[in-house]
Amino acid sequence: MASAETPMPSPGTHDVGAEAQHHTSTGLDNTKMAMWAFLGSECLFFGSLISTYLLYRERAGGGPAPHEIYDIPYTSVSSFVLLMSSLTMVLALAAIQRGNHRAMRVWLLATAFLGMTFIGGQIYEFTTFYEEGLSLAKSPFGSSFFVLTGFHGAHVTVGILMLLGLVGMSLSGKIQRSDARKVEMIGLYWHFVDIVWIIIFTVVYLIPS
Amino acid sequence: MRKFPVGSKRGLLVALAALGVVLLSSCATNAPQDFLNHPEGPAAVSADHLWNATFLIAAVIFFVVEGLLIFAIIRFRERPGREAAQFHGNTKVEVLLTAVPALILAGLAIPTVRTIFDLAQRPDNALNVTVTARQFWWEFDYSDNDVITANVLHIPVDKPVYLTLNGEDVIHSFWVPRLAGKQDVVPGRTNQLTIEAPHPGVYYGQCTEYCGLSHANMRIRVIADSPSDFDAWLAEQQQPAETPTDPTAAEGQKVFLQGPCINCHAIEGTDAQARVGPDLTHFASRQWFAGAMFENTPENVSAWLADPPAVKPGSKMPDYGLSSDDIQKLVAYLESLK
Amino acid sequence: MASVALPQRRGLFARPTATKGFWSWIFTVDHKKIGILYGATAFFFFLVGGTEALFVRLQLAQPNGQVLNANVYNQFFTMHGLTMIFLVVMPMGVALMNYLIPLMIGARDVAFPRLNALSYWIFLFGGLFIYSSFFLGGAPDGGWFGYAPLSRLQPSHGMDFYSLGLQILGVASLAGAVNFIVTIINMRAPGMTLMRMPVFIWMSLVVSFLLLFAMPVIAVALFQLMFDRLFGANFFNPAAGGDPLLWQHLFWLFGHPEVYILILPAMGIVSEIMPTFSRKPLFGYAAIVFAGAAIGFMGWGVWAHHMFVVGLGPVATSAFALSTMFIAVPTGVKIFNWLGTMWGGSIRFKTPMLFAIGFVAMFVIGGLSGVSHSIVPHDAEQTDTYYIVAHFHYVLFGGALFGIMGGLYYWWPKIFGYMLSEGLGKLHFWLWFIGFNLTFAPMHILGLQGMPRRIYTYPDGMGWNFWNLIETVGAFTIAVSVLIFLWNVVLSRRRRMEAVADPWDARTLEWSIPSPPPEHNFDEIPVVEHRDDWWYRKYTTKPSGEPARVYAGGANGHDGEAGHGIHLPSPSYFPIIAAIGPVVIAYGVIYHVWPVAILGAVTSLVAFFGWVLEPQTAEEHH
Repeated sequence: MASAETPMPSPGTHDVGAEAQHHTSTGLDNTKMAMWAFLGSECLFFGSLISTYLLYRERAGGGPAPHEIYDIPYTSVSSFVLLMSSLTMVLALAAIQRGNHRAMRVWLLATAFLGMTFIGGQIYEFTTFYEEGLSLAKSPFGSSFFVLTGFHGAHVTVGILMLLGLVGMSLSGKIQRSDARKVEMIGLYWHFVDIVWIIIFTVVYLIPS
Repeated sequence: MRKFPVGSKRGLLVALAALGVVLLSSCATNAPQDFLNHPEGPAAVSADHLWNATFLIAAVIFFVVEGLLIFAIIRFRERPGREAAQFHGNTKVEVLLTAVPALILAGLAIPTVRTIFDLAQRPDNALNVTVTARQFWWEFDYSDNDVITANVLHIPVDKPVYLTLNGEDVIHSFWVPRLAGKQDVVPGRTNQLTIEAPHPGVYYGQCTEYCGLSHANMRIRVIADSPSDFDAWLAEQQQPAETPTDPTAAEGQKVFLQGPCINCHAIEGTDAQARVGPDLTHFASRQWFAGAMFENTPENVSAWLADPPAVKPGSKMPDYGLSSDDIQKLVAYLESLK
Repeated sequence: MASVALPQRRGLFARPTATKGFWSWIFTVDHKKIGILYGATAFFFFLVGGTEALFVRLQLAQPNGQVLNANVYNQFFTMHGLTMIFLVVMPMGVALMNYLIPLMIGARDVAFPRLNALSYWIFLFGGLFIYSSFFLGGAPDGGWFGYAPLSRLQPSHGMDFYSLGLQILGVASLAGAVNFIVTIINMRAPGMTLMRMPVFIWMSLVVSFLLLFAMPVIAVALFQLMFDRLFGANFFNPAAGGDPLLWQHLFWLFGHPEVYILILPAMGIVSEIMPTFSRKPLFGYAAIVFAGAAIGFMGWGVWAHHMFVVGLGPVATSAFALSTMFIAVPTGVKIFNWLGTMWGGSIRFKTPMLFAIGFVAMFVIGGLSGVSHSIVPHDAEQTDTYYIVAHFHYVLFGGALFGIMGGLYYWWPKIFGYMLSEGLGKLHFWLWFIGFNLTFAPMHILGLQGMPRRIYTYPDGMGWNFWNLIETVGAFTIAVSVLIFLWNVVLSRRRRMEAVADPWDARTLEWSIPSPPPEHNFDEIPVVEHRDDWWYRKYTTKPSGEPARVYAGGANGHDGEAGHGIHLPSPSYFPIIAAIGPVVIAYGVIYHVWPVAILGAVTSLVAFFGWVLEPQTAEEHH
């Protein structure tokens, strides 16, 4: 079974090796695979936060309880806004794949704007809750609610920064049609954050305790 | 384990014999928390039975595996004229060596699970005691008998004692090794543990969940009495504290009731009714104090009163800067609380 | 084509150019240099953590010890655990993975060289950050396990440094895990199929996945602790309705996979050393790979065996007892496969092999005592005693550190180009081996005699005096053996016995290139046709089954000119700058000095913009 027939590579022919660098063993793009791995990790991050919330949502400690404080119609609207931003993100990617830089920038800005609207809504919601007596320190319910939704908001904010960064790079000519992968990558992240919100919205706001 | 063939077999024998002597002598020493050689309570004994079986199996596996390793080291060492056999595996051997450990473990699993469920059962006719753990001492509340004491737990022999464990500040763990395995005391939760002592005597234990500065000093003493001794003890503990007759002690009572002591301690029969620190109604009847860290002697008590955190790190009782005069009076009073 | 892929100066900043000297290390993105940095840093922390252990042993050498007070002792035992786990064994594994993964799979670097540098600098700064607490009012003193609510109540800032410091180290681990996963899956040389990968690579892959999924869980727990301590949240405040067991579930859901994160790289190392020095292929390669993967999966289902006495009830307890018993099966498979590898071999007892054999011999003991924990009624006696301390030191020292030491001796000539002295190596091994057993074997006895863990003192008359003294003697024996290792490094470096490319007549690709490897690793990316490809390039099989040498050995004819034209990623300023941010943020958060925290965030943000905009090179060009 052992074979002596293996030809010994001869030194000096670098090109084969350099060529090989451009291919990956699986044919999948390195950055995309890394993003998927990272998002896998994020699943456990949000999973742990959501589990904590489920454990603690009944423990209002004399402060406001979930059903007393949630404004479902309001949050439904802001959830819809965030959901729409996934659509604009898809349109941005489609635009750059067609080579339409301007359309891409418009859709990226739209996505960022929808994200900012969502964040604005969250800030308003947090302020209202705080005035109604629910704070991080009020009860385990308060702690788990603010930390879960706060970390989600932080993820959206990072996403907005990346979207604006993309727009900036595009304006200075650093995004070519062949760089659609970069847009796709940030899109992956953005969709993930949206999906997480769907779960949070369902688990936190919709399922009655 | 030896990595190379040993030249002198006699040397090895001598070494083994010496090791044996050392091991035996270590067992012979007085180790009051030794549950390996002296399990006494039924829970400790049933755990010990499981251990014996496990240890036997583990010892056999140990000698087989290490024996094979030493054999391989000697037999297959590099020698001129012998080449390594080139094989990649052996399916039959591999399946066998996977299946055998799995079967052994299944064999261990059955009695283990049975014992887990046995030990979780609440005993009939038990004495109920509520245990509250605080940094760094134990409160024992004989709720059915209206007795509260600290650090030294009296129980009757041959009677199951059902402990209800309440946590207050941080997690502690109640462990008296010769009587039973440990059970954590978790704040916000209630756990249960059954202990039973077959012989009269003192059983040592201590907190086994790291709980802060004086975790090492949070000890437990369980005194198992004959039923009549236990009843007598209980009757005495149910009495309020006697009013001191000795003049120094009487002055000590004044210091106690007028000083900071009553902010934390209770002495039945007086105005002191706080439940922050240990109940001191029958302080003098206890052989140990301060988380059973010290023997209850006048010298130890006065050293304690002079500066508690100095003798017990992290003690919640601060240094009140008591004068040595006051300390002397307080000691006289406390030692009168039989 | 490499020859035309000159750096395209299209970014804002030029990339650093130093290839030698101090700055070449600071800005390096070469996986080999980063591996060496990881190793050196981890070794430094090993000396620090070891010193802490020596003080602990001095304190416990006799009853009523006066060497340390309770406060300092609690800081030392906490920091010893934190250091050895997060700053020694994990990064030592990462060091070897960094150095070896590209070499073993036939790649020129990892998938993301700059991310790799970022991981290292975050790790270094995170470690220094935690240690700075010693000078800022006290180090963490709530145990490495940080059980709430004690961890939220400890008064010094120590546990703040714990919660934020581990968080920072977690970022480094996560970035490293993503990088290694992509590298192993995507950067393999042609023909290097998954089932041809060296076992060390397999174990690295499993470890990376464990890190990927375990780090976010501890991250959540650490964030919760931080919010409790610094912002008044109530996650672990029982008085407000918080549940202390939430911490334990999250911590051990991370903590048990973490155990395998610590041990699997060592198992991989041993699986490389054993075949080389037995001159045989690994026995049951597939079984070892699948056992490693099985451990990786089953490791998620055993966490509550750390919680047998918290009051989970008999049903949950029984379930975790069973899962704990059966994770012993894949572990046992590995032991038998190593024995099978030695069986029939022609074993050379070089220093790496001694450590590998020591690993197997000691790991068996740790494995057997591990099974005894699943006997729950007895675990209720032995848990939180020195029996447990004995057990996990047999696994993490007798296992992980023996394996890592073996790995260092094994790959030292490859990494540094000179051989370590065999004589001193063997002396190191035997003192280490004896000292280890003197220190930790008696802990089994002490635990069974009722000595709890984490106590800074014990009274006379408990029957614990004799073995405690022996253990202290053992600990100092280990310390002497470590000094001998250091002496070996210094002396061997001075004598400079040059290492050939393949000094051990080994089996895997890293031995096919010169020692130390050129910056670009392979003049030509190898085409792999076998598992243990390098061996089969050197040997054919005679009809009798014995190997016959077909090739004179040594490096692929590497000449000094061969590297020209192979384009490697340029060094970068930004990983180290970006890595400063998290630590600055953490200081700002601990002391509530928000401008400092914002400064840290801005530093990282600016660095990341520079990162994105700096000139690309062919290696990172897609």
